[in-house]
Amino acid sequence: MTGLSFDVAHVLAGGLVLVSFILLYQDRMYPLIRVFALQAVVLSLSVAWQAFIQNAPHLFITATIALGFKAIVIPVALHRIVHRLGIHRMVEPVVGMGPTMLFGIGLVALSIGVMLPVTAQASTLAREDLAFALAVILLGLLMMVSRHNAVSQVVGFMSLENGLILAASGAKGMPLVVEISVAFSILIAFIVIGIFLFRIRERFDTVDLQALQRFRGGQR
Amino acid sequence: MAIIADLLVQGAQMLLVLLLAPLLTGFVRKVRARLLRRQGPPLIQPYRDLLRLIRKEVVVADGASWLFRAAPYLIFAAIWVAASLVPTFAIDLIFSWSADLIAIVALLGSARFFLALAGLDVGTSFGGIGASREMMIAPLAEPAMIMIVFTLSLLARSTQLSFVVAFMSGPDVGLRISVALSLVALIMVALAENARMPVDNPATHLELTMVHEAMVLEYSGRHLAMIELAAALKLLLYVSLISAIFLPWAMAVAGQGIEAYVIGLAVYLAKLVLAGFMLAVFETSIAKMRVFRVSEFLGTALMLGLLGTLLLFVSRNL
Amino acid sequence: MDLIAILVLVAALLALGVLAILLTRQRAATPIVYGGSLVLTALALSLAIHHLLFSAGAEQRLWLPLGLPWLGSYFHLDSLAAFFLIVVDLGAVAASLYAIGYGRHDASPGRVLPFYPAFLAAMNLVVLADDAFTFLLTWEFMSLTSWALVMARHREEGNARAGFVYLAMASFGTLALLLAFGLLAGSTGAYAFDQIRAGKHEALLASLALGLAILGTGSKAGLVPLHAWLPLAHPAAPSHVSALMSGVMTKVAVYGFVRIVLDLLGEPLWWWSMVVLALGGISSALGVLYALMEHDLKRLLAYHTVENIGIIFIGLGLALAFRSNALGLSAALALTAALFHVLNHSLFKSLLFFGSGAVQVATGQRDMERLGGLIHRMPFTAFTFLVGATAISALPPLNGFVSEWLTFQSILVSPQLPQWALKFFVPAVAALLALAAALAAACFVKAFGVTFLGRPRTAAAAAAHEVDRFALAAMFGLSALCLLAGIFPGAVIDAIGLVTQPLVGAQMPAQLGEAWLSIIPIAASRSSYNGLIVFVFIGLAVFASTYAIHRWASRAVRRSPAWDCGFPDPAPQTQYTAGSFAQPIRRVFGTLVFRARERVTMPLPGDASPARLEVRMRDLIWEVFYEPIWGAVGFLADLLNQLQFLSIRKYLSLVFGVLVLILLVLALWQ
Repeated sequence: MTGLSFDVAHVLAGGLVLVSFILLYQDRMYPLIRVFALQAVVLSLSVAWQAFIQNAPHLFITATIALGFKAIVIPVALHRIVHRLGIHRMVEPVVGMGPTMLFGIGLVALSIGVMLPVTAQASTLAREDLAFALAVILLGLLMMVSRHNAVSQVVGFMSLENGLILAASGAKGMPLVVEISVAFSILIAFIVIGIFLFRIRERFDTVDLQALQRFRGGQR
Repeated sequence: MAIIADLLVQGAQMLLVLLLAPLLTGFVRKVRARLLRRQGPPLIQPYRDLLRLIRKEVVVADGASWLFRAAPYLIFAAIWVAASLVPTFAIDLIFSWSADLIAIVALLGSARFFLALAGLDVGTSFGGIGASREMMIAPLAEPAMIMIVFTLSLLARSTQLSFVVAFMSGPDVGLRISVALSLVALIMVALAENARMPVDNPATHLELTMVHEAMVLEYSGRHLAMIELAAALKLLLYVSLISAIFLPWAMAVAGQGIEAYVIGLAVYLAKLVLAGFMLAVFETSIAKMRVFRVSEFLGTALMLGLLGTLLLFVSRNL
Repeated sequence: MDLIAILVLVAALLALGVLAILLTRQRAATPIVYGGSLVLTALALSLAIHHLLFSAGAEQRLWLPLGLPWLGSYFHLDSLAAFFLIVVDLGAVAASLYAIGYGRHDASPGRVLPFYPAFLAAMNLVVLADDAFTFLLTWEFMSLTSWALVMARHREEGNARAGFVYLAMASFGTLALLLAFGLLAGSTGAYAFDQIRAGKHEALLASLALGLAILGTGSKAGLVPLHAWLPLAHPAAPSHVSALMSGVMTKVAVYGFVRIVLDLLGEPLWWWSMVVLALGGISSALGVLYALMEHDLKRLLAYHTVENIGIIFIGLGLALAFRSNALGLSAALALTAALFHVLNHSLFKSLLFFGSGAVQVATGQRDMERLGGLIHRMPFTAFTFLVGATAISALPPLNGFVSEWLTFQSILVSPQLPQWALKFFVPAVAALLALAAALAAACFVKAFGVTFLGRPRTAAAAAAHEVDRFALAAMFGLSALCLLAGIFPGAVIDAIGLVTQPLVGAQMPAQLGEAWLSIIPIAASRSSYNGLIVFVFIGLAVFASTYAIHRWASRAVRRSPAWDCGFPDPAPQTQYTAGSFAQPIRRVFGTLVFRARERVTMPLPGDASPARLEVRMRDLIWEVFYEPIWGAVGFLADLLNQLQFLSIRKYLSLVFGVLVLILLVLALWQ
């Protein structure tokens, strides 16, 4: 492991943690979705770099899937759903931005403090990836917990999954990663749609689009 | 003989920062004006302003005390001493061992202390508003600064600026994200401390939007000249600090001979031009924040500093 | 030898206290008592300095057949005791000098004069005590005499309650210390400190003793959450006593902590430092936030003491962390930083309390909102207060910066600690420390600016006059010491090195030989600071700029009304008040910490009534800790009160029941 390749991996993984923080900080819907897309881009770059230095071509496929699905398809879908449902634009955190961010820093410290001593036997790259991946997972969970809004909870869940992919790519020798990534992504997409249908049904007692038209007003 | 040469070089640096500070301010104003499609004042206008001010009579308010008249000199002295300790074109100068990062930040704190007191001295509400806002911004910027110092000292194993610069220009640094995070945090702190956009508008004429300008509202004549020169010196100090730590290349080491000094000086001037240009572009492209959003801005700087420190623990212990 | 001489001086102080009872009606009582205290404590100070610097801290012991018959009283003087004696007696000298002039304004000297020398004697004795019984006896004596001094003006509003809270907290602290010493002495009753030091304490016992010691000494020192009595009691006492309580008595508490934890408990465990660091960090941040919300000058200073005690405990916590990991040099650095701050704080806190006492004597006001413009009427007091404010805000080249710089340097070497929890915790504490330091500067800009600068807000402030020369002499003396400790810190660090050597087994490298008198805590390649150079450079820069300007530029000055952007208002009420100065900080920090809520009620257009701004803050520590305990105590007391009103038959059955119970226990115990 030469210095430069480790450094680039470190930058990309650290960048993923930083983008998770930016995601935590967002309080408006459209930038939230855009930052999520950015996180997916950084993740795909990180996985691609892992593929390059580990000489594991199947990780390139994972990177491409991450890029395609999570950086393009899902954000676009979310964008359109948010737009069509006219969901309230400002997202309020439960406790307040300052304490949430401080708690996030504490979670990063916790994940580093847990992971590094535990994985003392593994290679340096794997240890670092696991520590940062746990941080991203915990930050995703924090995002789910600290918001009132369903879309931000879904985004938090998907960013949590990004952390899992980072961990999986860092540990060498996992050929099933491709299949698992695809399956997860489809599962996520289904969950997203399901949540929204559920919400619509909760609000209007129907998912029938004809009936919804009546509530929109203006257009008959 | 070597001592005399070293003293001369250190003295040259002290004079250099004093002479360059108004030029940097003038350059930033000129670029801002050009970006806004104005002609803008000439580059040497700050020098003319200072010369004009020191020749004018000072008008002191009735209720002002000796502190009001002494404060500009104290502020100027503290900032000049701090600015002459920051490496500009050369490191390891004769007094560089007293250039501790924490001491430099604390000297700037002294200057701010006396400036706030001068604002309160006259007993007007504008002075009070400036002083109270300045004293709100300072406690938010200092923890961020300490985190940056912590990150740098973890990397370079020193808080003395010459050693930090020597380390950062050496091969051991590597491409670290903590360095990038510290750079962003330091830029945010520098913007807040120098009363630049988006924290404060140095060109504002609306009193309720001022922080720095409100504190010096009552000053005139030579006092105002000292304070303006001190503010320009502070900007030069922060620009030199950022360029010395994060762009540390081509700095001369003391004792290397006159060629190295000249090259160092030329590169330093180039760094100043670059920094001034980027500052002007940034200021023109962003609006001033509400006063109570400054706490979020500096809180973000603190978060970035903390994150940089934590990520450094990961990369250094592997 | 020094120890005997100091004990003789202490006895003389006690005799002076008795003499004061006899002399109370005389007019000469005040200068006699305070002058006598001044002379006696000055002698003790010189003896302590002599012992620390010239005897290389060799230990001296003494046993007196006083106290418990089978134990006697042990006294001993080592380098740690000598250092704290210097702190105590320096503060006592300054306070006595100040009081020679200030004491004349005392309405009832008979309530203050007998207890003042006794208080000084008690503080000296606590530092010299070498066994648990003597320590506790003198500790309680110190609490009682200071309580008597707090109650000196008991008819003033709030003072009686302050005294009550103080007495309750002091008793609680002594109880905790009693239990701590009991645990350490064991069932054999080995109360002498030598015996405790030699004994082996298992980890659980030592940790319990640590917790009790923190409770006992921390409540006297003012650690959050045990600080609640400080802002009530310190302002209630006369100003020279407040200076002693804040600047000196809290340091005696720190001495108690250092003696028990670093000396008697033996090898520390690493997680003890987490507790101390946490308490220190929280105290420093919360103390200064409380201080920022205060308008009463003396309460502000009292809350500030909480902050500085927090900084001292941060240093002590770091020393514990390094020592438990056998990093001797770093432990010496951290301990030196803490002890330097002990000395510094006693200097500038006494100075600031003297200044506030002078203001109170001159104007009759303690509330900042009623003062203003005093720099014109009391220029010397204002100058010394400014020096004290600059020193406490940790600004170079004064002494406050040196101890804070050393604390930061010891924080910066913390990454070598192996425990991950410490590695992450110390940067968080560093951020809190930086926050506290910056907020302290803000607090003192407010205190000095609102009190001394601007225009007078009331007639009392406009009619102020300068105080007498004794008070000024004391204040100028302390200011000079602040400056000297700031520009010659190497000498102080070398003196403290003699203290750290026996406690942590190492001392900082000798500073006095360094070039240009700079201080280099670890290595020259790491960091260095030179207070003298900074001071000289600033002086030269001021001189050069003044000369250049006055030679080549205009020197004219014209006075006129303030510009104020063209809307000058001569009414002093348009100035910024203390509340408005602190408002931005209250909004940023206070909303979380104090649940501060502002409410503005504006009248409708056409209504001529004034608008109202209401600020509501809650002291969460009082509500979460003290009120439930108070409520529980009240509830229990009410329950037990039923015992007062029983009938004769019920009393008899109570006695009968207890007798049966004792017999049962005896039967089961066999």
